[in-house]
Amino acid sequence: MHELAVTESLLKTATEYALENDAKKVTSLNLLIGTLSGIVDDSVQFYWDMISADTICSYAKLNIERQPAKFKCQSCQTEYALDGELSPCPNCGSVNIRVIAGDEFLLQSIEIEK
Amino acid sequence: MSTEKVQIVEKILDANDQMAEENQQAFDKNHTLAINIMASPGAGKTSLILRTIEGLAKEYQIAVIEGDTAPVTIDADKVHALGIPVTQINTGGDCHLDALMVRKGMQALDLNEVDLVIIENVGNLVCPAAFKLGSHLNMVIASIPEGDDKPYKYPNIYRGIQCLVLNKTDLKPYVDFNFEYFEKGIQILNPGVEIIQLSSKTGDGLDTWLNWLRAQINAKKHATQ
Repeated sequence: MHELAVTESLLKTATEYALENDAKKVTSLNLLIGTLSGIVDDSVQFYWDMISADTICSYAKLNIERQPAKFKCQSCQTEYALDGELSPCPNCGSVNIRVIAGDEFLLQSIEIEK
Repeated sequence: MSTEKVQIVEKILDANDQMAEENQQAFDKNHTLAINIMASPGAGKTSLILRTIEGLAKEYQIAVIEGDTAPVTIDADKVHALGIPVTQINTGGDCHLDALMVRKGMQALDLNEVDLVIIENVGNLVCPAAFKLGSHLNMVIASIPEGDDKPYKYPNIYRGIQCLVLNKTDLKPYVDFNFEYFEKGIQILNPGVEIIQLSSKTGDGLDTWLNWLRAQINAKKHATQ
């Protein structure tokens, strides 16, 4: 829903790093997005094509790696992947659990031409 | 021409997070407690804000930052009518407040005199969760008619909060709402979070909320830097 704001932030960050590194052009961006972040890849791509046009990032490819959500039970330390609806610990039934992966929303690297 | 890979590893919303941190420092400097209220449209954000002002305005200086997607001042007018400083932020269609918008709201208020800033986020259970504002406390108001499955459908909004108010408890006799199922979802997402049931309309449970908030404001007022 808020992919435009997010994509604008992405463009700003990528542009800053590109200029710092004397790039002529950014050819690709490597992103890590957790499944809990609520970000829809297609929407990011849609806005990206629109707002990156005529910038140093124009036509840069977005490579999006998805990080699945993972929980860890605080009672019995079992780690499990979130598959579908929120669920208590499959081992001991505790609801005292923590998210240990799936929140990521990172620009990991960019590839540039000099 | 050569190509190279530049390592970055930066949170995409890092700029917002940094600004949020600066906002919080500005609140701290004035010993002002800031609370960000999130909820779906119609859950009762504005009415709980009004009840809160009525309950606490004699003890504390309160100010309100109102976020709305459309240029309307319906909510701000109600707060203003109680004699409370209020600043209205129109997000211009955006589905959430962000740290920059809140900063603009802060600039319109004299924080020096204020004990509590209430930030009313845009009515939405998705986007506000992703944008830190610099508030010390984040809360969600859920309400009985929305249904008991919301924690399962909109998990992110319940995760970074310190308080969950379940509003409109006066409607329990008329609506199928399984509190145990609702609470289990909240506990999975946010173990131990404060859950307060109340009705802004009847006032039932309101004292529990006001006492919880009093304790938070007092802690901030007397906090050492």
